[in-house]
Amino acid sequence: MKITKRAWLKAVQGAAVAASLSLVSGIVQAADTIKVGVLHSLSGTMAISETTLKDTVLMLVEEQNKKGGLLGKKLEAVVVDPASNWPLFAEKAKELLEKEKVDVMFGCWTSVSRKSVLPVVESLNGLLFYPVQYEGEESSKNVFYTGAAPNQQAIPAVDYLMNDVGVKRWVLAGTDYVYPRTTNKILEAYLKSKGVAAADIMINYTPFGHSDWQTIVSDIKKFGAAGKKTAVVSTINGDANVPFYKELANQGVSAEDIPVVAFSVGEEELSGFDTKPLVGHLAAWNYFMSAESAENDAFIKQWHAFIKDTKRVTNDPMEATYIGFTMWAKAVEKAKTTKVDDVRKAIYGIEVPNLTGGTAKMLPNHHLTKPVLIGEIQEDGQFQTVWQTDGEVPGDAWTDFLPESKKIVADWQDPKIMCGNYNTETKTCSGQNY
Amino acid sequence: MIRYFLNIVFMLAFALSGVQFAQADDDAFGQLVEQLGGSNLRNKVQVIEQIAALEDERALPVLEALMNNALYQRKSDNQFVFAADEDKQLRLTSVVSGEDLGLASSRDVRKVITNNSLRSQTRTLVAVTRLHSKKNEVKLAAVSELLKSPDASFLAPLDAAIAEEKNPSVLKALQVARGAILLGNESEVERLKAVKAMDGYNSKQVLTLLQAQLDVESSELVRKEINDVLGGLKRAETGYKFVEDLFFGLSLGSVLLLAAVGLAITFGVMGVINMAHGEMIMLGAYTTYVVQLLMPNHIEASLIVAVPAAFLVAGLMGVIIERGVIRFLYGRPLETLLATFGISLILQQLVRSVFSPLNRSVITPQWMSGSWEINGFLSLTYNRMYIVLFALAVLFGLMLLLKKSYFGLQMRAVTQNRAMASSMGIRTGWVDAMTFGLGSGIAGIAGVALSQLTNVGPNLGQSYIIDSFMVVVFGGVGNLWGTFVAAMGLGVANKFIEPLSGAVLAKILILVFIIMFIQRRPRGLFALKGRFVEG
Repeated sequence: MKITKRAWLKAVQGAAVAASLSLVSGIVQAADTIKVGVLHSLSGTMAISETTLKDTVLMLVEEQNKKGGLLGKKLEAVVVDPASNWPLFAEKAKELLEKEKVDVMFGCWTSVSRKSVLPVVESLNGLLFYPVQYEGEESSKNVFYTGAAPNQQAIPAVDYLMNDVGVKRWVLAGTDYVYPRTTNKILEAYLKSKGVAAADIMINYTPFGHSDWQTIVSDIKKFGAAGKKTAVVSTINGDANVPFYKELANQGVSAEDIPVVAFSVGEEELSGFDTKPLVGHLAAWNYFMSAESAENDAFIKQWHAFIKDTKRVTNDPMEATYIGFTMWAKAVEKAKTTKVDDVRKAIYGIEVPNLTGGTAKMLPNHHLTKPVLIGEIQEDGQFQTVWQTDGEVPGDAWTDFLPESKKIVADWQDPKIMCGNYNTETKTCSGQNY
Repeated sequence: MIRYFLNIVFMLAFALSGVQFAQADDDAFGQLVEQLGGSNLRNKVQVIEQIAALEDERALPVLEALMNNALYQRKSDNQFVFAADEDKQLRLTSVVSGEDLGLASSRDVRKVITNNSLRSQTRTLVAVTRLHSKKNEVKLAAVSELLKSPDASFLAPLDAAIAEEKNPSVLKALQVARGAILLGNESEVERLKAVKAMDGYNSKQVLTLLQAQLDVESSELVRKEINDVLGGLKRAETGYKFVEDLFFGLSLGSVLLLAAVGLAITFGVMGVINMAHGEMIMLGAYTTYVVQLLMPNHIEASLIVAVPAAFLVAGLMGVIIERGVIRFLYGRPLETLLATFGISLILQQLVRSVFSPLNRSVITPQWMSGSWEINGFLSLTYNRMYIVLFALAVLFGLMLLLKKSYFGLQMRAVTQNRAMASSMGIRTGWVDAMTFGLGSGIAGIAGVALSQLTNVGPNLGQSYIIDSFMVVVFGGVGNLWGTFVAAMGLGVANKFIEPLSGAVLAKILILVFIIMFIQRRPRGLFALKGRFVEG
């Protein structure tokens, strides 16, 4: 009994020493470096997309350090693996903020992972840059959305099909989760506001990883044989796309008859496809690897040198990560500190050149101005731009095409509003930030 | 003799004048082709119409190349060229002069930019010229292309084609296309003839055209005729829709069967809850990928090589797992479950480290792409047809092995009574390893088939493991016929529910049904009976 008690005491002592030591080293480190948290899944289902973004952040950190770091300090990347497990995203975010005391985080891919991280970054006043196109209807004080909002991807794509291709009948096909459901709700409202009859819209949801598309493709074929030009607007999630396009090709649906415009298929996804049957189908993004600009060429070169593989492609979320990182670095230099509140105030209005030309500007609703590009898939897995917006489109956090969110705005700069969910009719801010 | 000489002179003169004629024409054709460069796609649409109107015999190859995205421009002099693969290089042929320009690398040429509207315009133009093709199927395809956008300008070429056509089914198709154009004619008699021409021609486009005409038709006589024809077509459509759904169901069933049949051996016969079964399928799919990497010039044959290779790779892995882990855990189902689940995670991560977490692209050979167009309402995709046949062949082969071979006899003996089999001199340990290897190897074969349908990535196995267990349990553990009936039954049921309920609900309904069924009959469809059934 006595021995155990002594052992217990010893253990407590040891732990205390260790804790104080780590605290000291923590302080020393915090003084030496600026910590950049990377919150992307490196294992599990989402590893396929998110690993690349982790590498992108590491590359940008390395590049910044070559330039001498920020504020005379070196940057240090802290990588954690939330393993495609949504609650673990919250835990890992907490770990990054409380234990590692990171100054900024880059991370998340799926909307559900972002929603899981939100309460953590808000209560601990962290800073998160989210680099993926998403369904909108959100603006948190602590999150910057560097991917596209629906009005920067889905709506322009539909406009292109309607005005330039002459599409009259619409299939909205998606995987059954929050992003496609919300996007399709917005698109349906938008199409109806443009005078498309309900009978000319077909909405279809499929489970994650759906692999048997025979019936749905046959339905689409039938729907498209009604004599009006038909197009499929696809929010089908990554893995289900290969069997979907294969089935389309096998059943003889070509891009000339029924084009499919996808919001989740980029260069990275195409590198895992046999692209022959896909030629001519469309995708809407804010960046294509094939874009011709000096910035883009330099970025691709830098990426190939960093990843040591010239066959690797670049894609839209990588550009979003690049813009987010560059903006944050500029804001830190402007604010002369890494304190979240100061950086946040400094970042509004900061401009960074897009890789496709033009500039991205951070808006007070935490979204960016972005050009929208529509591309046709080529045999080599790249996109050929067939249409693009004249200038940049400002990101709209709350869509104007749903009656309940039309009256809501987000503005984190205007002292009268200072809210991510401000009702312009009742002039009140909802209790939630998002 | 003199006559012969004269003939030659005439021929020479004719040939010379021909050359001269061609050269004069060269300008028009050449100038038009020049305009295909650049990125002004709207202009290109007009250019190809002019090219098609030239009636130059060089026009068709240009249009076909454009349609297939295979028209190039040589970077050095901007000359338009066709490019054919030859020893990893491209053999260039001039579009205008037809002259052979020798070999070049793919970097020396740039593809002529096209887009969907340009390609679809080209397709229609090509279809008109193809009406005079020698092959019947080409002509039929051309007709269905023309039916998509009937235009009065097709009338003259159609009439010309009808005049010289001998084959009755092609003639019918041509007349339908002619009818489709004349549906909008002012004369009631012409319209009536047009509708009559369409009677009994099974095609979705015809159905749509008639339906649209019905809405605007003023003549009562024509309306009645349209209704008659439409009625017949709709009956045919319903019938074929049923056949199509049945085929979809059987093909989904055979995918389930392929995925489950290996598990029917490891789980059904041996009683091992093998959570790593899905990863054996994944290994098979990756083997296909590697085989295609090793033989890039023989993609058509790659699948045939991949089947035995995948069987060996997955089977070997199965034997290793059985000898290394599972044999220590017989009779402890929970530990087996955990251990095999761990193995499945290890295998997934192994594949991630070796092949990267990205999906790999497995090429579909030509003979498995496309579909067999039976008529306008029914077409069966080749890849699914082959997979149905393949699944049946695998099941049949497996049954033969179990029932007729000495190894099968030993295997059945061990499952039925291990102690007795052992005392009769059967090496039960060896049989266990081989049986597990057999089950895993068949899962590997399933992976080859699935690589043609879905993603080849580290998560491939996970998406099939639940379905596999479902099929085996539903069919009755330990019974191959049960697995067969369960797979086909679930596949067909799923495909008949899906059009009514949507894919998400269909899956839920099927799962609810299975739960209810297992409640009533815990041993599945075909329960094993007899004293060897364990408590």
